[in-house]
Amino acid sequence: MTLDQTTIWIVIVALAFGTFALRFSFLGLVGRRPLPPWALRLLRYTPVAVIPGLMAPQIFLPLEGQSSPDPVRLAAVAVTLAVGVWTRNAVWAMLGGAATLGVLTLALGV
Amino acid sequence: MSTDIAPPRAFWQGVRNGGPFILIVAPFGLVFGVVAGEAGLDVWQTMAFSVAVIAGAAQLTALQLMTDQAPTLIVIITALAVNTRMAMYSASLTPHLGGASVWQRAAVAYLMVDQAYAVSILRYEQGPPLSPRAKLAFYFGVVFLICPTWYLGTLMGALVGSQIPDWVPIGAAVPIAFIALIGPMLRTLAHVAAAFVSVVVALGLAFLPYSLGLLVAALAAMATGALVEVWTARNRPEGDAS
Repeated sequence: MTLDQTTIWIVIVALAFGTFALRFSFLGLVGRRPLPPWALRLLRYTPVAVIPGLMAPQIFLPLEGQSSPDPVRLAAVAVTLAVGVWTRNAVWAMLGGAATLGVLTLALGV
Repeated sequence: MSTDIAPPRAFWQGVRNGGPFILIVAPFGLVFGVVAGEAGLDVWQTMAFSVAVIAGAAQLTALQLMTDQAPTLIVIITALAVNTRMAMYSASLTPHLGGASVWQRAAVAYLMVDQAYAVSILRYEQGPPLSPRAKLAFYFGVVFLICPTWYLGTLMGALVGSQIPDWVPIGAAVPIAFIALIGPMLRTLAHVAAAFVSVVVALGLAFLPYSLGLLVAALAAMATGALVEVWTARNRPEGDAS
C-alpha cells in the first residue's frame, strides 16, 4: 500500500492550518462576545455525534476477510463503554477495554 | 484577604490534574504511529502530522480515508469535520482566556486537545476561583505533559511499529481509545440519543463513498442532541430549572 507523497503532505498541511483555524476561531476572533444559544446547543453534541459514528463501522461491521463482526473487539468495546459510563473516567475505561482485549486475545487466540 | 492562587502554583496544579491523561495519550499516540507506518508514511511524515495537527481522531480519520483512496478534498473535509468540536472548545474557553495576548491565545489554540479542554474547563468552573493569568498558567500546566507525550508516543509507534507481532490486536486499540472518551460524556439523555443516532445512521449509510455517511450521521446526531435537550428542558417541572 503506497500513498502518493504529494497527497500526504497536502493533507498534513491542510489539516494543520484547518485545525488551528478551528481552535483559534472564537478565542482569537470573537473575543468575549457570547455565541447564540442555538449554536452552543448544536456544538455541545459534536463529540458524541462524530466519534461513535466514526468508530461504528470498525466495531459492528465484519473486518476484512471475515463474515461476521469480531466478537473479541465487540466485547472489549462493550467493557470500555460500560466502565466509562459507570466510573465517568476515561483512564479506567481504557484500561478495562485493554484488559478485556488482552485476556480474550490470549484465551482464544492460541 | 488575599486568596489569589499565584500563576506558578496554578501551573503545577494543571500539571497534576492533567498528568493521569498521559495514560490515554501515550498509547493513542503509539497507535497512530503504528497505523501511519502501516499506511506507508515515513517517520518524518508521521511526526510532522502529529506535531502540526495534534488531533489523534482527525489524524486517524485522514489516514483511514487516504488508504481507502478517497479524494484528497474529501479526506481534508472529513478530518476537519471530526475537529469541529475544537471550535466548541474555543468558544467555551473564550470567557476564561479571551483576555490573554494574541500570541498566548495562539499557543492555547495550538495546544487545544480534548484533555486540555476538559481538564481546564472543569477547574475554571469548580474550585477556588483563578485570576485570568492563573487560568492561563493552569492551562499550560495541563498540556505540559500531555502534548509532549503525544509526540513521543507517535515517535515510538513509528519507530517500533514494524516490530510489533501480528497477533497483537493493535487495530482494536483505536475504537477502545475513542470509546473510552465517549463513555464519560454520556451524561444526559440528549447525549445518549445523539450517540445512538450517530451509530445507527453511520452504519446505515456505511455503503456511501468517502465517509459521506459519517458527515450525515454527525449532523443528524447533533440535531438530535439539540432537539432532545430542548424537549427535556420543556418537559421538566416548573421550579426544577436551576
